[in-house]
Amino acid sequence: MTLTTQTADAVPADTPVPSKKRRIALPPMTGKLAAGLIIGGAIVLFGLIGPLFVQDPSTVSDIGLAGPSSEHLLGTTQTGQDVLAQLAYATRGSLLVGLIVGVLTLILSSFFGIVGAYAGGWVDESFSLFTNIMLVIPGLPVVIVISAYVPDKSILLVSVVLAITSWAGSARVLRGSTLSLRSRDYVLACRVAGEKRWRILFVEILPNLVPLLASQVVFAVIFAILGEAGLSYLGLGASGSFTWGTMLYYAQNGLALRLGAWWWFVPPGLMLALFGAALSLINFSIDEIINPKLRNQTRAARRGWRMSKAQLRKAKESTL
Amino acid sequence: MFLLRKAGFYLVALWAALTVNFFIPRLMPGDPVEIMISKLGQKGPVSPETRASIEAMLGTDSNQPLWGQYLDYLSGLATGDLGVSVTFFPASVSDIIGQTLPWTIGLIGLATIISFLVGVGLGTLAGWKRGSWLDSLIPVTTMFQSVPYFWLALILLFLFGSIWPLFPLNGGYDVYNVTPGWNGPFIGSVIYYGTLPALTIIISSVGGWMLGMRNMMVSTLSEDYMLTAEAKGLRNGRIMRRYAARNAVLPSISSFAISLGFVVAGSIVTEAVFSYPGIGSALLQAVGGNDYALMQGIFLIITLSVLGANLLVDLLYSVIDPRTRARS
Repeated sequence: MTLTTQTADAVPADTPVPSKKRRIALPPMTGKLAAGLIIGGAIVLFGLIGPLFVQDPSTVSDIGLAGPSSEHLLGTTQTGQDVLAQLAYATRGSLLVGLIVGVLTLILSSFFGIVGAYAGGWVDESFSLFTNIMLVIPGLPVVIVISAYVPDKSILLVSVVLAITSWAGSARVLRGSTLSLRSRDYVLACRVAGEKRWRILFVEILPNLVPLLASQVVFAVIFAILGEAGLSYLGLGASGSFTWGTMLYYAQNGLALRLGAWWWFVPPGLMLALFGAALSLINFSIDEIINPKLRNQTRAARRGWRMSKAQLRKAKESTL
Repeated sequence: MFLLRKAGFYLVALWAALTVNFFIPRLMPGDPVEIMISKLGQKGPVSPETRASIEAMLGTDSNQPLWGQYLDYLSGLATGDLGVSVTFFPASVSDIIGQTLPWTIGLIGLATIISFLVGVGLGTLAGWKRGSWLDSLIPVTTMFQSVPYFWLALILLFLFGSIWPLFPLNGGYDVYNVTPGWNGPFIGSVIYYGTLPALTIIISSVGGWMLGMRNMMVSTLSEDYMLTAEAKGLRNGRIMRRYAARNAVLPSISSFAISLGFVVAGSIVTEAVFSYPGIGSALLQAVGGNDYALMQGIFLIITLSVLGANLLVDLLYSVIDPRTRARS
């Protein structure tokens, strides 16, 4: 409940009353956003079409552990499997987990967050209690315990369990914003004008929550991919699947670290880090829509005013 | 009234955690009780009392109704009886938890607090001097944040354990040369062995605090009372610390409680990488050895610790921000 102080003002106070002609708030194309989109897009593309061009990732050859060469661009594992091929399939696996969890989190958190806050009364009370309880029960231990009982897991099962344990944070943020939106004058006006409740929710309130939803989903995807990687690294991931985490698990078990086989354990981790960073960069841009105070007066914006360096310094001094 | 509400919430959360702990083993396929008993049987005779306590923890195929099992389970917990561990036979689960918990709390607690203080401090400065070099550092720290804990740990181990052997590869202290206890060499050894794991946690979590604090600083700086403070001619340092940072830090403190769950999760994996003798390693050993009693016990303790820490932060928060008390 304490979070509401933060989230209540996350929505700009001067949210424009939706007009007939809807203006879709696309983030301005900044360097951050462009970098995020390019890196993220490249990784998604690699996961989508990469597996079509590489050999079977499980093919064992007698070459053994070998560094990068023209035949195996990223070297081979202990049993002579091509690391690049594994990386391509692993990218697809990890992105799939991110996608499933992202969709499930979107559904769960908007149901418990937005619908609850809009309905109000005991529905809101019970939804919010449920959300808060889910929030304080630590997620990964639950996932580990559940994984320990189920010997054969599919990627779908792992993703569902991850989603169930991670939606609560988003729901709380969404609830805060919905609470502040539903008491706005324009919503009251719609109610007086006799609009149906579901219409107010979906046509008047939901569009204003889209940036927030987007940023929450992006967060959920990052957490899901990282969580799955951690789980797989512990040997508790989906059985028989390729993800970045399982690659690291096999690298660790194959003593890649002691043998100095950097081409084996660096690429999957680097992909994780790059994809996470790309999504964070995209989130920065979304944040600037949600909270316009973050947008003004950054250095990039000041440069946009075509001020000279001396003028910039002066402006900075005057704002301090 | 406020305290009553809080206490009520945490009681409900406690009950929910206990119930989740009760139902997970019962809803899963297979029969954990038989697996455990047969494993225990290999190590020594299983007394009827042991069997009863395991059945109370993990569920049973005997004809007792679910309600009776639930009451047995709760009364077992009330007396602190968590069963016997298979992996560390014949130690009891409570003993194992008692041995490993201080390590985790020491490492994770300290690392989290250091990370919080450093992150909030840097975030204050970055928000205060927007567009400075510190501000452009934020994307870099966020990048570190999206690096998985355990991978960063692997890289650090590779660099400082294998290439430049500055730090030990694993363990919690020097097993051969020092004896555990309150003596200088042991404490020194613990700090030496804990540096790399703690560094991992700090590096990967400091970015989040910094970003959150910086954004709140930026929002706070445009408040009217900031203008008033400037108009009064207060010194910059005083405005920054007493007027801006004090208000901007509030959301960070409330998300500190929430982040504890994630920190615990990350620490399980970090402990695995460093073979640190904490509760996360014990959990993984329990999982590896199908030691369900130990697993349930540790899960319970982790959940209770996170709940307790949340309660503490909540109470603290109501002291520093009186508005939360007034609103409820």
